[in-house]
Amino acid sequence: MAASPLFTNLDQIFILLRDWLVGFLPAAFRPAAGVALGAIAIVGAFPGLFAVVVLLERKGVGRIQNRYGPNRVGPFGLLQPIADAIKALIKEDIVPYRADHVVHFLAPIVLLVTVFMAFAVLPVGRNMVLVDMDTGLLFFIAMGAVTELSVFMAGWSSRNKFSILGAMRGIAQMISYEVVLVLSTVSVVMIAGSLSLTRIIAAQNSYSGVFPHWYIFTPWGAAGFLTFSIAGMAETNRSPFDVPEGESEIVAGYHTEYSGFKFAIFFIAEYLSMISISGLCATLFLGGWSAPFSFLVFIPSWIWFFSKVILSLCVFIWVRGTLPRLRQDQLMNFAWKFLLPFALLNLLVTALWRFMGEGWMRWVICTAILAAAYVIMGRVSMRNQHFGPRRYRYAE
Amino acid sequence: MNVVFYLLAALTLAGGLAAVLLKNLIHCALATTVAFVGLALLFLQLDAQFAGFAQILVYIGAVAILIVFAILLTRGSDLPKDGVFSRTWFVGLVIVAGVFAVLAWAVLESVRAVPQQTTVPAVTVHDIGNALLGRYVLPLEVVALLLTAATIGAVIVAMHEKERPKP
Repeated sequence: MAASPLFTNLDQIFILLRDWLVGFLPAAFRPAAGVALGAIAIVGAFPGLFAVVVLLERKGVGRIQNRYGPNRVGPFGLLQPIADAIKALIKEDIVPYRADHVVHFLAPIVLLVTVFMAFAVLPVGRNMVLVDMDTGLLFFIAMGAVTELSVFMAGWSSRNKFSILGAMRGIAQMISYEVVLVLSTVSVVMIAGSLSLTRIIAAQNSYSGVFPHWYIFTPWGAAGFLTFSIAGMAETNRSPFDVPEGESEIVAGYHTEYSGFKFAIFFIAEYLSMISISGLCATLFLGGWSAPFSFLVFIPSWIWFFSKVILSLCVFIWVRGTLPRLRQDQLMNFAWKFLLPFALLNLLVTALWRFMGEGWMRWVICTAILAAAYVIMGRVSMRNQHFGPRRYRYAE
Repeated sequence: MNVVFYLLAALTLAGGLAAVLLKNLIHCALATTVAFVGLALLFLQLDAQFAGFAQILVYIGAVAILIVFAILLTRGSDLPKDGVFSRTWFVGLVIVAGVFAVLAWAVLESVRAVPQQTTVPAVTVHDIGNALLGRYVLPLEVVALLLTAATIGAVIVAMHEKERPKP
């Protein structure tokens, strides 16, 4: 297809740049220097994206809530992230007297390191992945699991009842939704036959006519995408799943007692994990860096990846501006009584899809099973909801 | 055996020792996590990616969290008044020595029982999957059944008891 030298150069511009820079070194250092440059690119590019997203969120939520959002610093408030960063850097760092100082200090570090590690296996473009591991998906999920520990460390070491409540809520929520998250990725692994993220993209990167073979355009893929997005939103503690840091109930949850730059690290880590989970979602269900139509492949692959990530971040912001916060018990019921059975059923449907062979029959049967399950489970669980005045067990 | 191995072994041992010797219960749990990390890194150093990442996912993401949750839900992490070391430490020492001896014997024996391989076997995730669902499918199913039974048991323990009308 588009094999013109200009296209290849634009598509691989970062790879070429890296090779050019590494070329100045003696041959013995080249592989290590290449990896180091890749790591620097990740540590530089994604926080840059974070600054853009924060501005976009403050502007977007402002518009949704019928106000302007930041508009004082620079033209249209565009320099607001820089002002925020300077403010966070020069603020005093206060550690509570009774806090466990070592653990209190380590918690944000563990969080930020694991969040950054997850980016290592994410392919952001053709040939643009830092470590192409055979077990990339497993690595990503394992890094996500370690963030739970840092949430606990932050909450417990602060010696504050709001912090520990926030940490308990956060861990309960993250463990519940992590099960759903992992189960919805399993169906992709079943069809692609690999845990390597580059191979999962390669399996989706072909076209019939002008339409791509993305997994979201199959019945099991659409269902998996839905459960994955909801679970991803809960994993990153985003509204409407922001019970762990519900401002009106427990101040700020597990990072109540953090100030200055340590608080900024929690803030950055939340947004970075949003970006990484969006990237994983794009990789698994939206074809990663592949173009949405076959006549658009002349646009460089990394532009597509970042477009998909920014689009899903916009959905995050939109949902945050629209939905109210859920209650803890509603959250747990939703995860265990609706999402988990649905994700398990989706595994069966995926196996059915895999072994029914080509043809229109599998489309009809798989769609029918998923739609019927969705409707029946929704109806039954709604019938069991008793709407009315809430009865409290431990309060008047 | 190179420098990396000794560093990782030192990290794992330090984590394990800290888990036993520290006074604060939560600190002990966190030190166990350090030992888990060291173990995972040792797996990775042996080029066993799947085992290494599964170790991180299961032991740090689930087991360590379970431990700290259990500590928080059962009792405070405050220091008990009469010290953290049990008075029957000698019995514990004997049991520990016994377990260690059995494990060491098993490890040393396995070197003799399994024929020495000169080349490092290249095991991919694909091979692990095939082995789990092919040759080892019965143990896998038995473990799955056990875990299901444990889950059902946990649900039954946690279930609300309906108030019976008093006679």
